[in-house]
Amino acid sequence: MTPTANYETHEHDVLIIGAGGAGLRAAIEALAQGARVGVVCKSLLGKAHTVMAEGGLAAAMGNLDKADDWRTHFRDTMRGGKLLNNWRMAQLHAQEAPDRVRELEQWGALFDRTESGEILQRAFGGHTFRRLCHVGDRTGLEMIRTLQDRGVHMGFDVYMECTVTKLLKDGDRVAGAFGYWRETGKFVTFKAKSIVIATGGIGKSWRVTSNSWECTGDGMALAYEAGAELLDMEFVQFHPTGMVWPPGVQGLLVTEAVRGEGGLLRNKNGERFMEKYDPKRMELSTRDVVARSIYTEVKEGRGSPHGGAFLDISHKPAEYVKRKLPSMYHQFKELADVDITKGPMEVGPTCHYMMGGIRVDAETGRSSVPGLFAAGEAAAGLHGANRLGGNSLSDLVVFGRRAGLAAAEHAKKTAAPALDNSQIEAAEREVLAPLARTSGESPYQIHHDLQEVMQSLVGIFRTDEDLRKALGELEKLKARAAKMRVEGSRVFNPGWHLSRDLACMLTVSEACTHAALARKESRGAHSRLDFPKTEDAWGTKNHVIVSKGGAMTLFEAPRPAMPTELQQILAEDK
Amino acid sequence: MAEVTLRVFRGDRDGGKPVDYQVPLTEGMVVLDAIHSIQANQAPDLAVRWNCKAAKCGSCSAEVNGKPRLMCKTRMDALPHDQPITVYPMKSFPVIKDLATDVSWNYRVNKKIPPFQPRPGVEWKMYQRDVDRVQEFRKCIECFLCQNVCHVLRDHDKKEQFGGPRFFVRTAGLEMHPLDGADRTRMLKEELGIGFCNITKCCTEVCPEEIHITDNAIIPLKERVVDEFYDPVTMLVRKIFGAK
Repeated sequence: MTPTANYETHEHDVLIIGAGGAGLRAAIEALAQGARVGVVCKSLLGKAHTVMAEGGLAAAMGNLDKADDWRTHFRDTMRGGKLLNNWRMAQLHAQEAPDRVRELEQWGALFDRTESGEILQRAFGGHTFRRLCHVGDRTGLEMIRTLQDRGVHMGFDVYMECTVTKLLKDGDRVAGAFGYWRETGKFVTFKAKSIVIATGGIGKSWRVTSNSWECTGDGMALAYEAGAELLDMEFVQFHPTGMVWPPGVQGLLVTEAVRGEGGLLRNKNGERFMEKYDPKRMELSTRDVVARSIYTEVKEGRGSPHGGAFLDISHKPAEYVKRKLPSMYHQFKELADVDITKGPMEVGPTCHYMMGGIRVDAETGRSSVPGLFAAGEAAAGLHGANRLGGNSLSDLVVFGRRAGLAAAEHAKKTAAPALDNSQIEAAEREVLAPLARTSGESPYQIHHDLQEVMQSLVGIFRTDEDLRKALGELEKLKARAAKMRVEGSRVFNPGWHLSRDLACMLTVSEACTHAALARKESRGAHSRLDFPKTEDAWGTKNHVIVSKGGAMTLFEAPRPAMPTELQQILAEDK
Repeated sequence: MAEVTLRVFRGDRDGGKPVDYQVPLTEGMVVLDAIHSIQANQAPDLAVRWNCKAAKCGSCSAEVNGKPRLMCKTRMDALPHDQPITVYPMKSFPVIKDLATDVSWNYRVNKKIPPFQPRPGVEWKMYQRDVDRVQEFRKCIECFLCQNVCHVLRDHDKKEQFGGPRFFVRTAGLEMHPLDGADRTRMLKEELGIGFCNITKCCTEVCPEEIHITDNAIIPLKERVVDEFYDPVTMLVRKIFGAK
């Protein structure tokens, strides 16, 4: 019997896991290289979390501010990331983003325009110049639809509503993936010479988050289990402005474009409190600073009725607000009974983005496992300790393309791998275990408790005591998850699906907590109450997490020296 | 805490029946919150699609009290509570399980539409006034509620001959793109069967993005098809010189 005779098996040169901006851009590039490409995604095509990106895509096109160029974008990105970024990634990103934007336009994307017919750019936190190419406040939708249609017509195979639960190996190298169809619960295996992880973030480990159900850290957990290294896992971005009321929408994103278009933040006394925290940049300070400022205002008793800050754009003409921020207008009107053209919104911090992720080579997105690549939010490096708004969408297309290219080239010079039946059978047993139990907790309860732990102990402000407590709680949660029970059949069973996602969330939550405990300083999005200063000594190293003999192990990796040319750019004051 | 009854369809391809669930009401709750509450506390295997919970992804389409809606946008306090709130899957697509339907047909239709094709040698300049009308079409979040209510699909199930409002909107977005050079009129007539649409505007009424599907997309496309295929002068020329 051939190893995979019992399973539906698909073979590709390049298999891409995740169909958001990074995955689709990688697929397009791999197709252009002549590779046979498969794309696996947990949702329907076009529903990935990229669709929720609102404000825009940062690229130094200089359409409005002629002085802008890649150097300034590089400098802004590095400074925003508190210099912990992979400088080579920051450089490539700043240099290539404009071409990736023009390419999207040539594939049919329709950005908002300037008077002279160029792509319009808007201001955003931490960006020196007006830099974000946008479509009102639905830039992500425009991007994903453009990439989706391009890819579909170029001819990739899409496996929709399919969850990968294990990467398969052939010796040291990656050989394929095992998963199940969400619709039927039947198993499927993929055989591939190269795999690109583009599964996005981990926000669903926190209670208040802007992330969709899909953001459960699958790719990071899969790669970690396959032997890859995780980098900078302590750096979780809390976006300053999520909705705080009503309860059902708590955490839902309120785009930074509200502030980019002139929105003002006030506390309950009507004070523009950003004067105290960052008088120079005010509302357009970096996200880490604004999130901490709002949190502090609320904690010190100056919050809004539902525990947030007021964000007001109503001084702008109503028609302008509706045209530039249409989905914000509808979101507040329909979900919170607030007309943002007439009065302020209530906003507060929400878990939004993971700066950390799979450690990759800057040029190629290659991980430490041969044949395994990563791009987008699932990969780490570009954003350092804090991401600037608008740098995520550009990250997806710049490094999605690079990973797709490298994955296709790797596939060209590699022989087909062999799948190992015992690995597949082990993966199958693991997935089926919760269904076979006759007693045990529901995954919903464990997920709920995980979110409470991460929200209260690994949030915006951290302490040694809280983080140690969190590690203890995570051990208990892991033990409970090992005994959880799923009711019902394998046919489209969300409880069963959650049991898989939960395993990944537990892995990435633990990695995050370990790294946060180890970094004894405050930097960017990582704020330690017991170590409030940013220390130069900590700026010279990143944290890497890897599985050693099944145990999660952390080590420090020294940062490579930056070339003189880039150091000079960084030193210039603009 | 006040409670409300949700009557949710439970079943699969082989059939099913509505099941009542009591759900505690919270402030500002939407129907999707109520469904999630049922999943977490009463029926962990209740199948439903959702992603963004902010009316941006178009995943959570269903029929709430008989009306096609996004569940994430439908407030519980806007519905009467003295009788059960019914939540059924979209009728025009085959049920997979509970509230999840098989919408794969839509993805097959989309493949038939020739992609954006810039005219040779175009200069990449566009003005907002020219882009505005196309941006309206590009707001579509593919919730497929327009497909669900269209008579041609819902009552007559002409999925083999007809593309449906979603794909007229998509085609309009390409045809009216200021720099596009492809011609999709024959495809509209022959493959998407635009002639079947009798402009009842049901699609426009249910669109959560408020796209003027009928007025701004379908009617102008119908006019293009008429100009191309039914213009009397062209028809006469064709008759004399043969169809091209």
